[in-house]
Amino acid sequence: MRIGTLKESYAADEALFDTRTQKAWLGLFFLALLVFPFTAGEYWLYIACLVAIHVISTTGLNILTGFTGLVSLGQAAFMGVGAYTVAVLEARLGTPTLVNLLAAGFVTAAVGALVGLPSLRVKGLYLAMATIAASFILHFIFANWTSVTQGVSGINVPPASVLGFEMARPVQLYWLILPIAVLMVLGAANLFRTRIGRAFIAIRDRDISAEVLGIPLLRYKLMSFALSSFYAGVAGGLWAYFFRVVTPESFPFVYSIFFLAAVIVGGMGTILGGILGAVFMTLVPEVLKLGVGLLSPVLPDAVAILSPVRTIVFGALIVGFLVFEPHGLAEIWRRTRRFFHLWPFKT
Amino acid sequence: MDFDWLFFAEVTLAALGNSALLALTGLAFVLIYKATRVVNLAIGEMLMVGAYLFFSFTAGLGLPPWGAILLAVVGGALLGATIERAVIRPMLGEAAISVFMVTIGVGSVLIGLTEIIWGAEPTALPDFMGKAPIFIGDAYVSRKVVIGFSVAAAVIAVFLLAFRFWRGGIALRATASDQAAAYSCGINVPAVFSLAWMFAGAAAAGAGILVGAVGGIAPTMGVFGLSALVVVIVGGLDSIAGALIGGVLVGLLEAWCGTYLGGEYKMLATFGLLMLVLLVRPYGLFGTVEIERL
Repeated sequence: MRIGTLKESYAADEALFDTRTQKAWLGLFFLALLVFPFTAGEYWLYIACLVAIHVISTTGLNILTGFTGLVSLGQAAFMGVGAYTVAVLEARLGTPTLVNLLAAGFVTAAVGALVGLPSLRVKGLYLAMATIAASFILHFIFANWTSVTQGVSGINVPPASVLGFEMARPVQLYWLILPIAVLMVLGAANLFRTRIGRAFIAIRDRDISAEVLGIPLLRYKLMSFALSSFYAGVAGGLWAYFFRVVTPESFPFVYSIFFLAAVIVGGMGTILGGILGAVFMTLVPEVLKLGVGLLSPVLPDAVAILSPVRTIVFGALIVGFLVFEPHGLAEIWRRTRRFFHLWPFKT
Repeated sequence: MDFDWLFFAEVTLAALGNSALLALTGLAFVLIYKATRVVNLAIGEMLMVGAYLFFSFTAGLGLPPWGAILLAVVGGALLGATIERAVIRPMLGEAAISVFMVTIGVGSVLIGLTEIIWGAEPTALPDFMGKAPIFIGDAYVSRKVVIGFSVAAAVIAVFLLAFRFWRGGIALRATASDQAAAYSCGINVPAVFSLAWMFAGAAAAGAGILVGAVGGIAPTMGVFGLSALVVVIVGGLDSIAGALIGGVLVGLLEAWCGTYLGGEYKMLATFGLLMLVLLVRPYGLFGTVEIERL
């Protein structure tokens, strides 16, 4: 609790950003986001776009796993559905970009709700298995429904264009991806101030109790699946515009583990956690690449071990965070903040 | 077109070899689940490490196959014990989902380490079973498949006997049915946990050697673990008989779909079966139905 804040109404208590300091920092952060593309190079803009796409998808998975307590290992496959929707619409019909993205979201939400159907019978580990199964089945469909997905050769996606502006390079795409990411994260944050969001949290804490309290489990669990998949679909659509080619191999099973790892590392069940996790997990491979670059004069075959080292670091991060810091980066962030709030008193 | 019964029989016999391996891996899985309530997604990777250990002992150190198999199985047991002690023990009492995700992390670490130590390229295990084909009636069966089947069946039988008659096996079953009661009977429960992981590690390593002998080894062979996962879900997570029957079912299904529909339908059939079982009978064919109370 911050010293010297007094709330006089429920509205103030429930506000998303409650103190003036917080709002000031947030304003600075948005300003930094606005200035960023004018100062950074192509490489950093590329990273920023990728981070923003991952933030959207991780936030979606966080709604499902962190807030509703339903573990899913199918997030990458859902992104694939979104990406294919965009690719097919763009290549066949040439509909406007924003329409395509929305369609990607809705199609994926429908698929997600379908995959979520077993959740009325099973939960926990069994549900995780069901999503693994679903992701392999979706992968099969991507690879073998050749009349729509063109099989393993994939679909080339024309560049996105909004209001006549063609967006092909990261500099331009930044202005499409970032606003969508900000909007969707804000949407998720607001979701948990509504009845639906609170119902999700009740289901996570104890689903039988939630049902006794009058929350229809089936409807809310499916809604959670659909919402989470909607996020994944939009992220997948942006992914398609970003990389411009969609193949079945673009969304491997490991990618789903990546998102789950991001949720865990960031902190399950906090919006901030989804953001921090996505940023952290996207930057780790880049830092490793940098490290390998530094090592290459000493170790000649450093480049060859990059990919296995990345796999190890991913695994170690998941294990390490679950064992030592189960609430993730968000908790570390909170502790640091509290230290400064209470300084010079001890926490 | 006339249905070729001989061909069908050959496919089925080959499938039974694969089924035995699936059942063995499933057994390793059930062992861990029964004793420690951990769903171990790293089982496929433990299997892979066992196969690679065997590879280095024979091809690298030039040991005879029997010595190499023994060492690889011991290595698998050590790996199981290490994983249990290092990352699973500290997670005791945490939510099942967290432990599940820890095993995913462990699997990822094992894949990475294998790629660094042995390289990412698939290799074939040195041949130690001979090549002369075996005929059952008119049907041709590859020698590897026959040996794989017999060894897996023998190991499974040994496990079943051990559970029934050996002190440690009984302690394991006691722990599985009621941990607190097992404690008060003087059973060293943490030791039983280690024991279960060691045996599972050994079984996985053995299965890995057989799988590698049939299909070659690669860092991606952990995918076999996913099929084993389907096996235990279909059979019921805590049922040994379920693992055996599930293994046969999945093995046959995979082989028939792979032969008559095409290789890419294998995964689809396996996971389709998984979905179906989850929808109709979520606790598997022989699993205990968990009753939840508030």
